[in-house]
Amino acid sequence: MEFLTDILLLSDSAIRIAAPLILAALAGLCAERAGIVDIGLEGKMLAAAFAAASAAAITGSPWAGLLSGILVSVMLALLHGYVSINQRGNQIVSGMAINIMVAGLAPTLANAWFSRGGQTPLLDSEARFNEITLPLADLLQDVPLVGAVYSNLLSGHSFLTYLAFLMVPVVGWILYRTRFGLRLRAVGENPEAVDTAGISVTLLRYQAMIIAGILCGMSGSALSTALGAGFIRDMSAGKGFLALAAMIFGKWKPVPTLLACLLFAFVDALQGRLQGVSLPLIGEIPVQFTIMLPYVLTVVILAGFVGKMEAPKASGIPYEKDR
Amino acid sequence: MSLAPAIETKDLCKRFGNVQANDNISLVVEQGTVHGIVGENGAGKSTLLKMLFGFYQPNSGDLIVNGEKLSLDSPSEAMAAGIAMVHQHFMLVEPFTVLENIILGAEGQGLLRHAAADAKAKLKGLEQQFGFDLPLDAPVSQLSVGERQRVEILKALFRGADVLILDEPTAVLTPQECDQLFDLVRLLKSRGKTILFVTHKLQEIMAVTDTVTVIRAGKVIVRTATAETTPDALAEAMVGAKISRAVERRDGSKGMPRMKLESVCAQSDHGHEALKNVSLEIYDGEVLGVAGVAGNGQTELLEVLTGLRQVTNGTVSLSGNVTNSPNTFTGPIELRDSGLAHVAEDRLKTGVVETMTATENAILGYQRSADFCRNGLLRLKAIAAAAARYFESQDVRPRNPELPVAAFSGGNQQKLVIARELARDPQTLIVGQPTRGVDIGAVTKIHDQITELRNAGKALLVVSADLDELMTISDRIAVMCCGVLEGVVAIEDADERSIGLMMAGSSGELATP
Amino acid sequence: MSAVPAKLPTVLESLLMPFLNILVALFVSGLVVWGLGEDPFFALGLLIEGAFGYEEAIGYTFYYATNFIFTGLAVSVAFHAGHFNIGGEGQAMLGGLGLTLAVFWLGDTAPLLSVFVAVAGAALFGAGWAFVPAWLQARRGSHIVITTIMFNFIASALLAYLLVGPLQRPGGQMPESSDFPDGAGLMQFHEVLAYFGVSFEQSPLNLSFLIALLAALAVWFLLSRTRFGYEMRVAGKNASAAAFAGVSVPRVTIIALMMSGALAGMMGLNELLGEQLRLIGNFTLGYGFVGIAVAFMGRNHPLGIVLAAILFGVLYQGGAELAFEMPTVTRDLIVVIQGLVILFAGAMPHLLRRPVAALYGRFAGRGAA
Repeated sequence: MEFLTDILLLSDSAIRIAAPLILAALAGLCAERAGIVDIGLEGKMLAAAFAAASAAAITGSPWAGLLSGILVSVMLALLHGYVSINQRGNQIVSGMAINIMVAGLAPTLANAWFSRGGQTPLLDSEARFNEITLPLADLLQDVPLVGAVYSNLLSGHSFLTYLAFLMVPVVGWILYRTRFGLRLRAVGENPEAVDTAGISVTLLRYQAMIIAGILCGMSGSALSTALGAGFIRDMSAGKGFLALAAMIFGKWKPVPTLLACLLFAFVDALQGRLQGVSLPLIGEIPVQFTIMLPYVLTVVILAGFVGKMEAPKASGIPYEKDR
Repeated sequence: MSLAPAIETKDLCKRFGNVQANDNISLVVEQGTVHGIVGENGAGKSTLLKMLFGFYQPNSGDLIVNGEKLSLDSPSEAMAAGIAMVHQHFMLVEPFTVLENIILGAEGQGLLRHAAADAKAKLKGLEQQFGFDLPLDAPVSQLSVGERQRVEILKALFRGADVLILDEPTAVLTPQECDQLFDLVRLLKSRGKTILFVTHKLQEIMAVTDTVTVIRAGKVIVRTATAETTPDALAEAMVGAKISRAVERRDGSKGMPRMKLESVCAQSDHGHEALKNVSLEIYDGEVLGVAGVAGNGQTELLEVLTGLRQVTNGTVSLSGNVTNSPNTFTGPIELRDSGLAHVAEDRLKTGVVETMTATENAILGYQRSADFCRNGLLRLKAIAAAAARYFESQDVRPRNPELPVAAFSGGNQQKLVIARELARDPQTLIVGQPTRGVDIGAVTKIHDQITELRNAGKALLVVSADLDELMTISDRIAVMCCGVLEGVVAIEDADERSIGLMMAGSSGELATP
Repeated sequence: MSAVPAKLPTVLESLLMPFLNILVALFVSGLVVWGLGEDPFFALGLLIEGAFGYEEAIGYTFYYATNFIFTGLAVSVAFHAGHFNIGGEGQAMLGGLGLTLAVFWLGDTAPLLSVFVAVAGAALFGAGWAFVPAWLQARRGSHIVITTIMFNFIASALLAYLLVGPLQRPGGQMPESSDFPDGAGLMQFHEVLAYFGVSFEQSPLNLSFLIALLAALAVWFLLSRTRFGYEMRVAGKNASAAAFAGVSVPRVTIIALMMSGALAGMMGLNELLGEQLRLIGNFTLGYGFVGIAVAFMGRNHPLGIVLAAILFGVLYQGGAELAFEMPTVTRDLIVVIQGLVILFAGAMPHLLRRPVAALYGRFAGRGAA
């Protein structure tokens, strides 16, 4: 029974941790499906986390925070779009530049505005996205199994967590059921075919970057206004890269990407639980090693289980009309 | 009453930097006719086409469609004016279905479900009218080349095209598929469509067009009704002067078998069986041509011969020594040392490194030879001297080996490659697509060189997608279909029809790459 | 949008364009400084004064440049082989660990020898840390950008563990090792100059700078004079042509990336063996990432990389002075400027091409007429 409770608790925190990963991975997916590699997810997340925390701290409203997070993230996405689409620059270098820039700019601004050593003030409960208790959760609490799962696992997450899971079918629907999605997938595979069909490659790719920006903005906001209570330096801690790995592991498809994110999140939750716990035979694992777990898992997954990866054919390649 | 011409151009000019790609092109294409445009590679055909469907905009001159002067700023404007183009390299999204490819950009509805339903209804009419029978829900990646071309044509008709521009439509087709295409072109014409048929093959012009325009060096040389001209006259107009082959095949040069394949099987990159039990011999003093629709195992055949792919069954031997079997594998460097040279079929993908200089490319594959390298260090002077020699011997222009290879024309790149591969006087020469993307003057020279080598007793295997070329240079022609060697025909007994049937497989079904 | 204008003379191409891009990056940085309520021109003055104003400043500028030469060369060698090594950070950390283990292993028995062994240790550990992502890329096709980033995180955690565990200074509280044995260090320049009777203010600039220059020379030689360099460039530009030429692409990939890792690993020489004389946690401070900008700004040519590295040295040292003088400007702002330089000089090399080409065309046209 205790084991079951443990699993339930782990799963519960995995769901919470997964939310920003899912949103960021979906952002990367939209960008790459349109032919733009976005290593800058990390930077966009961090920027959105900072913007959301700042706005929430100043206005006291998480919604203002979310809006600012999205706005900032979209602006960075457009910058990456400009480099990739108009300038035909190197997308990896551009993404890294954005990551580095944000890593410096966020604490600089935090210092200038709040003078708290590169952090934003701790957010009150009203300024955060709080846990939502689903209808009947209290009532069903005591029903065996179903109640435990519904009331403890599914209920009691923040708005942004539910939004993250909702975004999976939404992105899937856009990609596979709409005209826009058809064109977006086409532009990542064969932009020339799109161009000769009379559709603007440039416009499509910018649209994809805006969507990626919005999703990444939600992701960053989740970090600082739902999971955390404010912005701290480097709080994205590689989650943007993990999201990218999850997207690759999920073969650029929404539902498998969701599952990959859940796996990463579960491992992350597990590493949190393992800290300071003495395991049979092994004893206590130093915290530095448990921290490594998600990163090691990423490498192992990329090495072993993915096999030949079928990335969108045109991803990472600037489109040149006159070739 | 006479209709206005479907397309008319007046003094159309297009310049790229200092190059005048199109120089005062004037053209009249009447409604409901098939108009041929011929010219060598680089004559300016593609530039003209791209202006006709709005991809490029002319520097000067007028474009008149159905009697109305238009400026087409994009392909969608051309499309709106009823002009559609079927590109030589198909503009299809491979993982998408036929239907998705057809509606892309012309969906009409925001939701794919509704757009697909509407499209299916509309396509039914078109299919009946023009006799298409395409699997609408199959991914394009599973279709044969001929089928893909029909998808492109259907795509154009779906968008309401009245004028269809076909750019080198037969380049990748079997003779049978060509016939089907010609039938379709005639049907389209009889239903009132206007067709621009662009090619460098003169027989096709004679077979299918009503009028023809010859372009050379960006200028219109001849405009005439097809019935009033001959292939010879067109060829002369195309090239400028009569080109005659200098080298004749000498009889009796055939010697010993130099290279031998026995029951060779090999897998493609995607892991499916690309060569199935192929047995072949290449003799000294002969040219063995290999025909087949692209993607039927020719690439893998070249690779197992040249040490780029290990066989899964059988053996390949050179001069009696096994070079490739499931247990032995000799790589390209050792093969070159044993007198085998390889002209790669896809020059830009494999044969050269475009962004590196001609000098650096002059040692590609020979970088470990003692002539160019000592103790792991490059001998830069010797390398530069070799490059200069190659430029001299094959007359590569411009005469500047320090330019990146990308700065040379296709023909000059190929000359450099040939000079490099002939430098060590190889006994065996494996050649893929010897004249792909090479202008017609250089084509004759390359054919002559191949014949000279053959006369000198070398063993040559030539893979080509151009059956005419193989008929010109080969002693025997081996035909491949779906990885199977369908048969080997001596040139005396070879005719295009029977080879075409073999290319389509013994069953007569069309080959799927 | 039409194609990028084709040709500019080499001087404009490889000197003027990067210079203009840096000006743009500095301009945007100036806007940020201005936004923080400071005078950007005053800041620029402080920055230049801080980088060149006195002997110690010059020493620091070149001291930082040394790091960037190593990491820039590392990125560039991998890039010539067709890959992005974003793992410079992790490889430098492991290089630092390698040299630390080497000097402690030899103790104070033979200080001179231990310096040589330390150099080898740094290179070896850096190369070793690059090996796994390299092997995975070459044999399994695992995305090297992501694996090297993961290896950065893993290296950081590993170092953190060692420095509060087995390698921690006995009795110490900080995440750092004991001091290196006496004599196990690289001479600093002021010491070298003093030996020749020239006096120069004390600064951490040390012999690593010469090692870095030698490394740049070696990379140049490798790329342009050796067969391996040739094969590496062929493999990097066109894998299919490399196979045609009998080059084993996986092998070349692995070796090139290990060379890259070794160069990144040698960054530790400067920081640890030249200045700190002990292993400290996270001593790499993002220098590995800056290597990307240095390599791209230097157009992946060793000479260009040395010049670009010096420029970043100026930014760093000048920036540090700036942070000292202006309270609102912190070290974080220097990271912003780095990011901006990477963005403008690295990712958008053609940003000002059109206007420059137009101006040049006018100018050259008039000259011809």
